[in-house]
Amino acid sequence: MLGLLLQIARVFALLSLVSIGGANAVLPEIRRQVVVVQGWMSDPAFANVFAISHAAPGPNIIMVSLIGWQLAGLAGLLVATLAIMIPSCTLAFVAGRAIAHWSERRWTKLLREGLVPLALGLILASGLSMMQVADHDAVTVAISLATAAFVILSRRNPLWAIVTGAAINIATLQFT
Amino acid sequence: MTIESSGDAPLRTVGKAELFLGFLKIGLLGFGGIAPWARHVIVEERRWLSEKEFASVLGVGQILPGPNTMNAAVLIGDRFQGVIGVLLCLVGQMALPLVIVTTLGIAYERFASVPEVQAGLVGAAAGAAGLVLGTAIKMVRRLKPTPPALAISLLAFAAVGIMQWPLPLVVVVLVPLAVAAAAMEGRA
Repeated sequence: MLGLLLQIARVFALLSLVSIGGANAVLPEIRRQVVVVQGWMSDPAFANVFAISHAAPGPNIIMVSLIGWQLAGLAGLLVATLAIMIPSCTLAFVAGRAIAHWSERRWTKLLREGLVPLALGLILASGLSMMQVADHDAVTVAISLATAAFVILSRRNPLWAIVTGAAINIATLQFT
Repeated sequence: MTIESSGDAPLRTVGKAELFLGFLKIGLLGFGGIAPWARHVIVEERRWLSEKEFASVLGVGQILPGPNTMNAAVLIGDRFQGVIGVLLCLVGQMALPLVIVTTLGIAYERFASVPEVQAGLVGAAAGAAGLVLGTAIKMVRRLKPTPPALAISLLAFAAVGIMQWPLPLVVVVLVPLAVAAAAMEGRA
């Protein structure tokens, strides 16, 4: 058991340090480690974990927590979660302090200015790739576009649009 | 100065309880990815950061390893309440999602085959995708990037969203370009 926990910690701590772009960007590497290298899960079991963790709120990285849970219960959940969080969060902390410390330097200001349009483009890209995964008929495309319009035009909580989308898609079961 | 926020840029203090509860809410709402919900709570609802400050924090979070929003939580927690703030933001963001994901994992075996459950999940996922898309468009409209800045946004979008090139490669190429564009325009 202890050996398994140590192995979970080692695998996910290493993943944490290379996971630029978060869980979706390193998904292929997570699958390779969990299914191929360590042999912890079959491919269908891994697909289930992916589906469940995307149905839950929170950062997509909680997929790793769920893998830990399925491998070793509560201890596995905690070890996997801490292993994926601590390295990258420590790095972010140090980088954040460095940026704050040199905040008056021209290069830090330029970096922060320069990253604004980059962040915008990457959010747009993740919207598109989520649509490619989620939308497979006219109804779901319409739900995505209507939700986007709701967010652009309204300051209200987007949860209203999401719940409506789910309800509409359940209702369409009646007509298919 | 050509990228501008829409005037609401209060540099205020945010207390420990407020930070924790804010991130608890972000974690609970954060369906389909946290960034749009973090923006909704932090910029729109509670006004901890201006639109531009939020985009900048998210941008820093993006080029570091780890989920961009988790890195953003670290930066925001440290900014308002130091190390304690970091821990409060991280625990707040993760607590409820962890409980929910394990509950779902247990329930999934029983309800996965119910058509209504599947249809509801698909509909919600489609909505979540639209939420991310709409958030990006809303941020562009508010921040009004200059043509060179908009070109950087579109390059990043095309490289990652359409060409599906690996993010580390895109970051290595585009960060220097983005900084050079900001320098040439005298944006800082």
